[in-house]
Amino acid sequence: MKYWVKKELKPPHGKVYIIKDRCKGCGFCIEFCPQGVLQESEEFNAKGYHPPKLVETDDKKCIGCGFCSLICPEFAIHIEKEEEEKDEKAD
Amino acid sequence: MEIEAKSHPLDRYLRADRIPHIWCPGCGLGTVLNCFLHALEETDIDLKNLAVVSGIGCTGRVAGYINVDSYHTTHGRAVPFATGLKLANPKLKVVVFSGDGDLFAIGGNHFIHAARRNIDMTVICVNNYNYGMTGGQLGPTTPLEARATTAPYGNIEHPFNLCHVAAASGAVYVARWTSLHVRRLKESMKEALNKKGFSFVEIIAPCPTAFGRRNKEPTGLETLKYYKEHSVIKHGIDPAEADIEMGGDIVVGKFVDIEKPTFDEAVHELIKKARK
Amino acid sequence: MKKQIKFYSGNIAAAEGALVAGCRFFAGYPITPSSEIAEHMALRLPQVGGVFIQMEDELASMAAILGASWGGAKSMTATSGPGFSLMQENIGLGAMTETPCVVINVQRAGPSTGMPTLVGQADVMQARWGSHGDYEIIALSPFSPQECFDLTIKAFNLAEEYRVPVIVLMDESVGHMFEKVVIPPKDKIKIVERKKPTVPPEKYMPYKAEDFVPEMACAGEGYNVHVTGLTHDEKGYPQATDPEVQDRLVRRLCDKIRKNEKKLRDIEEYEMDDAEIAIVSFGISARSSKAAVRFARQHGYKVGLIRLKTIWPFPDEYFEKLADEIKKFVVVEINYGQIKLEVERNVGREKTHLLPKMGGEIHKPEEIYRKIKEVYNGN
Repeated sequence: MKYWVKKELKPPHGKVYIIKDRCKGCGFCIEFCPQGVLQESEEFNAKGYHPPKLVETDDKKCIGCGFCSLICPEFAIHIEKEEEEKDEKAD
Repeated sequence: MEIEAKSHPLDRYLRADRIPHIWCPGCGLGTVLNCFLHALEETDIDLKNLAVVSGIGCTGRVAGYINVDSYHTTHGRAVPFATGLKLANPKLKVVVFSGDGDLFAIGGNHFIHAARRNIDMTVICVNNYNYGMTGGQLGPTTPLEARATTAPYGNIEHPFNLCHVAAASGAVYVARWTSLHVRRLKESMKEALNKKGFSFVEIIAPCPTAFGRRNKEPTGLETLKYYKEHSVIKHGIDPAEADIEMGGDIVVGKFVDIEKPTFDEAVHELIKKARK
Repeated sequence: MKKQIKFYSGNIAAAEGALVAGCRFFAGYPITPSSEIAEHMALRLPQVGGVFIQMEDELASMAAILGASWGGAKSMTATSGPGFSLMQENIGLGAMTETPCVVINVQRAGPSTGMPTLVGQADVMQARWGSHGDYEIIALSPFSPQECFDLTIKAFNLAEEYRVPVIVLMDESVGHMFEKVVIPPKDKIKIVERKKPTVPPEKYMPYKAEDFVPEMACAGEGYNVHVTGLTHDEKGYPQATDPEVQDRLVRRLCDKIRKNEKKLRDIEEYEMDDAEIAIVSFGISARSSKAAVRFARQHGYKVGLIRLKTIWPFPDEYFEKLADEIKKFVVVEINYGQIKLEVERNVGREKTHLLPKMGGEIHKPEEIYRKIKEVYNGN
């Protein structure tokens, strides 16, 4: 009988890319990010809206699910999944 | 830290020189287009053979943003235009992208007959309950009692249940989502694009500027929160039971997925016979 | 291949002409007195690999033939008065997006439902001005089944050459009249195809024209064209708030027809050499007129016939020149004075006379003869 045991569960990570000047400040990405990693920034973009920025705390990390990049009406945000470390097998 | 970017991976599907689009902050149309392009990316449709046809209105502008052969036609006539396009060139994958008023009021007759004939095309209807571009007038999907600029005392007309209309008219694929159900919507769009025959996807989407403002949902965000609270997924139910009421639940899901010979196949079969 | 001799009605001849011209898509809605065209296309198109579809109405029929044209097919619809009214919306879209297609209107008597089975010629101005906004179309008017065949082929050729909806303005009498039609051998028939872009997609400007008419890339040819009924620039992109773009576009849409009027001119002159009085007519009315002119000549009246085969664009220059030579113009038409307005505009009110019919019957040659005598004697 074989057991597949993960040594450590490593959630995936994502890098968040934002095209600030495309943002119209609808707030969809901030409100509906499953991990709550986004917040409204203080800065104004060219159109006068506040584009989102990351919340920089350890418990709120982007897992690269891509929800923001699907819901953004402005094509202003997308994510890139970071290379996941391969789970090691234990016999 | 977030990374500042200059372009988006989906830009290659867009006429990026026309972005930003004309849609208001909080509008659902950008989201729907976004999901459509994501869906497209995950199918093996040859973009050279994809044609997008729109009618008039805010949704009618979709055709102008996708970087494929695209046709922005007259009010209500996207479906018959698309019919001609598809029948003249069977290689094409034809998608009609339009709004509830365009497809179901002025274009209602065309919609039901294209569905009846089972013309091989995908119709994506963004339903925002009103005529947004012209200023928030009553439409064929405005819920009872909702306010519109031509229904200042509240709507007294019974609205269409679009999925019920599509199913009853003969569509082989019928699904409804809200613009918050982005993943399911994307999957549904993929299914519709891969479906042979007349497929229909309805998306309930916010129009904060023209509809929400008059109906206690002044921002798109509030409308999306409403969808989160009030959407109920019921796959496979009779779409007749999926009416939409002001303040009520929004039933979403895939309602119809059947097989039926298409008009296109029949007409080319007929040509073969006639040429013998 | 040898020439063939057929016995066709005008409607059937027009349908056969369309097939010879390369029409491979027909969308229509049944309406008297044009229905035989749809019926014949339903029978014949599949035999040549084309698609026939009966749409839910004329709005859809017109939209479908535009779509088919962008799908790469030569396309056509056929209708009559009430259906022609419904088609105006998308005739405008066809003019704006420069979509080659042919619309046959077998005219019956109107307005409204009017006299569905009987003749009329009162859609002349509607053909020219039916859709909103400034635009130009081409309209041809056959007066025999032979010409229904010939001019339908010509209509397709002009649609392809000028990228414009071309209207074949038939009438009930010509449409239902049976006569001998000579089908020339294939190699004797001129067929025109739309100009295709020769540059790669990234350099292609879908609405830039060197000589009024831009090259046309259809769906699936890799050019990612955007086609819109909105005011658009040379790239095809909407510019709906820029009067300069509007000016450039509308001027070109009109000028591509106006400035080619001489090339498009198609007039039959009969007994015009020494004529003092000219009958101006078209379609079935020109047949009665021809008989009347023949009869009047036998009685010594110096009268001739100007028969318009191309009705739109109207040959202004031609009439202006004639105004000095001809004493009186008598316009014979089955309406209350539509082509008369055009003649009058060019030769003056004093010289223009009208012999109208309100519809439902054609002119008798003797009525026209009487009018000739009356005008001749200055009454």
